[in-house]
Amino acid sequence: MLSPVTDADGAPFWRYAAQGELRVQTCADCAEPRFPPRPCCPHCQSFTSEWRRLSGRGRIWSYVVPHPPLLPDYAAQAPYNVIVVELTDAPRIRLIGNLVPEANAPLGAFPPDRIRIGARVQAVFDDAGLPRWILERP
Amino acid sequence: MTGGPGVKDATAIVGIGQTPFAKRLPEDERTLACRAVLAALDDAGIAPGEVDALASYTMEETDEVELAKAVGLGDLTFFSKVGFGGGGSCATVAHLAAAIAAGQATVGVAWRSRKRGSGPRPWTNTTAQLPTPAQWTRPFGLLRPADEIAMLARRYMHEYGATRDHLFNVALACRNRANQNPAAIMYDRPLTREMYMTSRWISEPLCLYDNCLETDGALACVIVSAERARDCRRRPVYVHSAAQGLPAQHHGMVNYWNDDPLTGPSWTAARHLWKHADFTPADVDVAQIYDAFTPLVPLSLEGYGFCGRGEGGAFTEGGALEIGGRLPVNTGGGGLSEAYVHGFNLINEGVKQLRGIATAQVPGAATCLVTAGEGVPTSALLLRS
Ligand SMILES: [Zn+2]
Repeated sequence: MLSPVTDADGAPFWRYAAQGELRVQTCADCAEPRFPPRPCCPHCQSFTSEWRRLSGRGRIWSYVVPHPPLLPDYAAQAPYNVIVVELTDAPRIRLIGNLVPEANAPLGAFPPDRIRIGARVQAVFDDAGLPRWILERP
Repeated sequence: MTGGPGVKDATAIVGIGQTPFAKRLPEDERTLACRAVLAALDDAGIAPGEVDALASYTMEETDEVELAKAVGLGDLTFFSKVGFGGGGSCATVAHLAAAIAAGQATVGVAWRSRKRGSGPRPWTNTTAQLPTPAQWTRPFGLLRPADEIAMLARRYMHEYGATRDHLFNVALACRNRANQNPAAIMYDRPLTREMYMTSRWISEPLCLYDNCLETDGALACVIVSAERARDCRRRPVYVHSAAQGLPAQHHGMVNYWNDDPLTGPSWTAARHLWKHADFTPADVDVAQIYDAFTPLVPLSLEGYGFCGRGEGGAFTEGGALEIGGRLPVNTGGGGLSEAYVHGFNLINEGVKQLRGIATAQVPGAATCLVTAGEGVPTSALLLRS
């Protein structure tokens, strides 16, 4: 499987995720959250930011079900889902992830025909510190 | 210069060239590039030594030095490369048109050579998955352009009621035109609705026929001033308007990170394109719309103003995209059924239509829109005869 290759801007996201926390970069001057993380605030041009902790709640904005040919590790789990989650606490931010029955389940463990746009989801974290998503009301 | 300031009608495409298109060609990319460029110059009746400007894509692997040396170009005073994959296609012509209009050069050649049919696919190479922006997408298995565009397509279908039948209409129009074009890879292979609906998934909601062809091939075109064009061998095809588009807060091919992901780069390019044109979408006789994936066509139809927001799917109904329809598109077969050479075949097809020599000719076509990759920073041309 591919692991995130981080840069200076993105590293805090992954550090917090490894601790089981979902945080987004937020401007320390105008309080506007932004994603992906970057050096400067596009609203007020401030270079100062902080990492705001979120509830981890969101809704499915869209999803796909990839089929092979894929990279071997992913092909082995296909068909699996990839979802985009719109965050409840920061509606302008959408994160990519996977809908799974439980944190450490395989990528393809959730039946694709049960995925719905608009479904409420909750962030969980697998043993590798990767954020995953489960249905808020399974 | 006639037609007012800027690029409007100041330059014309006077030569086009291409190699055969195939899943596998024996020659390498550099050789194919040389063949396409020489064919385009021959079509224009211009000697290689007169070329003083070049433009191509950043992903083009035959660089200016190799090309100029191999085919015997003159002293170059302008050369340009455009980023963002297929989003750069029309901008190669636009850069040359601007350079020639501004007096930086006199004879420009744009080209693209690609061995994607027999060469490696970038997404099969694990190390190519690892640039840092990919940290937000690849680990979760969103690996290929098809996956990235399928995500947008699913949301589009959900929000506006577009259906797989609408996407099929796009695939079918391209295939029908390819069936009329002996140079097209899908020349002798008709498509049916049943074939489409029962084909294998690539990334749901996109199936096999929603995806462009992997192709080996190269194309080129030659641009000169309108004044010079009058003395060339072929009927000039004027660059009437040209634009690039990189919307505020856009992000690569995963622009679900914008405030409004369903208004993509085409909307930005279109605003500039129409502002500098003497005509409107209603005046366009034929369009070559970038079709690496079928959903890009309804999204572009909206962006370039052929219909309202959310109406791109319904626009495809009733044979609208076919010859004789409201807006014939991709009349050579497009990336879906002629060849996928990063959209350059759409430029040359636009020129063929306005010369009146296309294999699926739109009678009396005098205006043609050509677009580049949508979902990525893009570019577009309005051509007229
Ligand atoms: Zn700010």
